[in-house]
Amino acid sequence: MVFPLICVLVYPIVVFALIRAAYLVVFEHGKGLGRRVAPRHAPAKTLIVLGSGGHTSEILRVLRHLDRANYAPRVYVQAQTDRVSRQKVEEFEGDSEDYRLHAIPRSRRVGQSYLTSIFTTARATLHAFPLIFREKPDLLLCNGPGTCVPLCLVALFFNALLFRETKIVFVESFCRVERFSLSGRILYYLANHTIVQWPKLNGSRYPRSIFV
Amino acid sequence: MENKIVFVTVGTTTFDDLIITVTSDEILHQLNARGYKSLIMQIGESQFVPNCSPRCGFSYIEAFSLKPSLCETMKSADLIISHAGAGSCLEALDLKKPLIVVTNNFLMNDHQVELAKQLCNDGYLYYSTCKNLLELIIKMKLSELKTFPGDKSHAIANVVNKLMGFP
Repeated sequence: MVFPLICVLVYPIVVFALIRAAYLVVFEHGKGLGRRVAPRHAPAKTLIVLGSGGHTSEILRVLRHLDRANYAPRVYVQAQTDRVSRQKVEEFEGDSEDYRLHAIPRSRRVGQSYLTSIFTTARATLHAFPLIFREKPDLLLCNGPGTCVPLCLVALFFNALLFRETKIVFVESFCRVERFSLSGRILYYLANHTIVQWPKLNGSRYPRSIFV
Repeated sequence: MENKIVFVTVGTTTFDDLIITVTSDEILHQLNARGYKSLIMQIGESQFVPNCSPRCGFSYIEAFSLKPSLCETMKSADLIISHAGAGSCLEALDLKKPLIVVTNNFLMNDHQVELAKQLCNDGYLYYSTCKNLLELIIKMKLSELKTFPGDKSHAIANVVNKLMGFP
């Protein structure tokens, strides 16, 4: 009795979310800087995805140039196995109390096969749902560690449900000169905006990206 | 009497090949011939423990696994030999230190080589594999390396501000 009821309630919601997510991906995402953005006066709650070693340093470099009063509070998310990101964030934030740090299971180890990656990513996605639901960020900023794919997927799902508008901004790592990373190839579509640092990831082949 | 320091860093992964190569007698001799007398190695979470006894003209050799910040160690170094991780590379280039990037061919896709190659072509650093490191150390002219103009974090931050509607 309960099961069919859940099906009847959940099914249309999921179908609606999928259709609208597809619409967002095809027609709304990757419009670049051409579109006018309404000036924002309230601070934007920002969710920042950290990754092992290099990813964390790189994203913190960008944060250093942003006005922390505008991007507040800051919610950092790291992989549970990550041992150094916490210290880097604490060092970066200093005396500020306007931030918190969450840990979720890692979605993909460096070198892990694509097949098992699907299962570990699914597990990380389950953890991402309550996190995004509770935090409802205005901005999700990431630069492509495996951990960010499930978070972006869930943020897109909630965006599709008209639940809350989270702007997903993906900055491809400085490492990527010629080709997108695996997460990059996925986030190129999932993210509202993709920022790249080398010309080969822009131009006619990748018209959605913003080259800086 | 100068005491120049070489700092080797492998980041959060392990890269035992690099550590084995750098601590080989041939490389230590060549580095010593260029005036380097101290070697500090950040070796990652590796089971492999390198031989840290002073030898081949090196009066001080140290190895540690990880530190939250390598900035101080990098500042003290006169030459940095690093894995191809962008974080370590940028940190070294920002400190305007001569840098040799050694690429790890065991990672799933070899994208790390792209960055090292590009920055090497632009003249900011030297890049090598473990196999060719000795040859490079013999041939390199560190004074010919260009100063890195800085990364694009500021430009990225400006774009994020525009996207979010902040001035």
